[in-house]
Amino acid sequence: MSQKIVISPVTRVEGHGKVTIRLSDAGKVEEARMHIVEFRGFERFVQGRFYWEVPVIIQRLCGICPVSHHLCAAKATDVIVGADRLSPTAEKMRRLMHYGQIFQSHVLHFFHLASPDLLFGFDAPVEKRNVIGVALEHPEVVRQAILMRKYGQEVIKATAGKKIHGTGAIPGGINKNLSPEERDFLKKDIDQMLQWAAGGLELFKKLYRGDLKRLSSFGSFESNFVSIVDRDGRFDLYDGKLRAKNAEGKIIFDQVEPLDYLNHIREEVRPWSYMKFPFIKELGKDKGWYRVGPLARLNNCDYMDAPLAERQRREFVKLGGGRPVHATMAYHWARLIEALYCAEKIKELLDDPDLQGTELVRSGTRRFEAVAFLEAPRGTLFHHYRVNEQDQVTMANLIVSTTSNNEPMNQAVKRVAVDYLEGKKKITEGLLNHIEVAIRAYDPCLSCATHALGQMPLIVRLEGPRGEPIEEKVRE
Amino acid sequence: MSPVLVLGYGNPGRQDDGLGPAVVRELEALDLPGVSLEADYQLAPESAADLAVCDRAILVDAACSGPAPYQVRRLEPACGGGAGAGFTSHALSPEALLALCREAYGRLPEATLVGVRGYRFAPGEGLTRRAEANKSRALEFILQLIGEWKGEPWRQEKREKRF
Repeated sequence: MSQKIVISPVTRVEGHGKVTIRLSDAGKVEEARMHIVEFRGFERFVQGRFYWEVPVIIQRLCGICPVSHHLCAAKATDVIVGADRLSPTAEKMRRLMHYGQIFQSHVLHFFHLASPDLLFGFDAPVEKRNVIGVALEHPEVVRQAILMRKYGQEVIKATAGKKIHGTGAIPGGINKNLSPEERDFLKKDIDQMLQWAAGGLELFKKLYRGDLKRLSSFGSFESNFVSIVDRDGRFDLYDGKLRAKNAEGKIIFDQVEPLDYLNHIREEVRPWSYMKFPFIKELGKDKGWYRVGPLARLNNCDYMDAPLAERQRREFVKLGGGRPVHATMAYHWARLIEALYCAEKIKELLDDPDLQGTELVRSGTRRFEAVAFLEAPRGTLFHHYRVNEQDQVTMANLIVSTTSNNEPMNQAVKRVAVDYLEGKKKITEGLLNHIEVAIRAYDPCLSCATHALGQMPLIVRLEGPRGEPIEEKVRE
Repeated sequence: MSPVLVLGYGNPGRQDDGLGPAVVRELEALDLPGVSLEADYQLAPESAADLAVCDRAILVDAACSGPAPYQVRRLEPACGGGAGAGFTSHALSPEALLALCREAYGRLPEATLVGVRGYRFAPGEGLTRRAEANKSRALEFILQLIGEWKGEPWRQEKREKRF
């Protein structure tokens, strides 16, 4: 007989979810599942809307990384209007927006969500293990994080027009350039941002190396990795083709064009979750699941074209000893290298006169189907649309980062459960803390992943061996 | 330093959830001296920096229940379990935001929360008719409050009698 233990909501991840761990009669962990209790809807919601509305509408899918969805949808509409190559001003403005978005998101993730766990320990009381606790003991660190976050948002405002529901990216280009005043305003603080980003990374490395054995194995497992890379394997967050590597670091596929993604990525539906489970078609659904996000991007790319970040990347890959880095907690390390990369790229772009150019929009031969890739803070986005003669969207398929990391999060939870629950048949505060830490490394955005349409209550359910409910709690 | 900050938050893509930013938009058109305005999807740590440089703050949010047209609550810092981060990752409660401001910057403005009653929160643009009406009433109150702050000190008992 097996028994099922359900853990109440994971704090500090976006949306609602619950975790179920199934034990065998012998008390061994059989299975771990992270359930999502909101329902999908955005793919239906955009049907019937005009394609040029999509970049603005679709960003409402997410309250955390709307800019990424805005840009990915805009890239798809570029294909629809036949803008095969954007003007330098348009592409660089979009890149600047994107780097600002990833910079502020990564900084917020690390300092707000992850640093309390690392600074105070996974078992520290919840009352202390939060950003206010960090502010009490390390106010300077928090002040820097706040100003980095604000800086990223200023970049978004200058490029997207506003912080909320920006409209900067439009089909075929951008609706504004960067004025000299905006450029000078952003240039004023960029060196400070670079310095603080580098400092945050050094802080993390010190914490990680100080607890290397535990953090390297914590919630860890081997997997495939998927991300976009440029033609020569260069790291790129805004544009590129799809690359997949296996756990050994061998290429599974490379330079996959957006329209060809369905020949390589498939999605499995499982009855117990509203999220789909994407997998690499070549490997099948059992072995083809993969990880996306900062860890995948650092493992997949051959180099970064930003000197400070590249130096850090070279140090980072040594962790894997010639293979990909598989440690779940290394996500944070990779995330902070990316924050540094973004700061470097922002600095580079602010010196580029193309940002003051006046050719903003291009178009060409009209098309009726488009797919776009983009690397959002949490991983690869796939936006796929079909449009009719009346310019209305007839089909949308979105694969978002958290969906790709769905199975990996289950694996991380299972690993933690095996290490910290085995034989106890009881959920301790410590176990709950450790599960939270593992899930947080992926920074899941659950409302985004399930394309939430309306808030649904959280249902916590305790089930017996045949699925009979033992206890159920509903959190509004 | 602006003596007064008005921070409206909510998602304008979810109908009445956009009440906070809508109030800020109205205030922007008035170009009030000595009043800084901010709007965002949700309260996040960076708002602590805005709070740290004001003497008084008005936080404006949509209320999905409670009295219409709005309710007013004096805010105090609190950093209990989860520090207000709750289940949503990057958002803070107003009380936790104040606590963060106090701990990170060593300053604490006098802060008031105005919860404007909304009715529909599904994806979609624009406020409902009743929410629009509530927004107008809340705006009157906020302008009156700013006026009082500029002319006379805050009096909690007076506010409580009125509302």
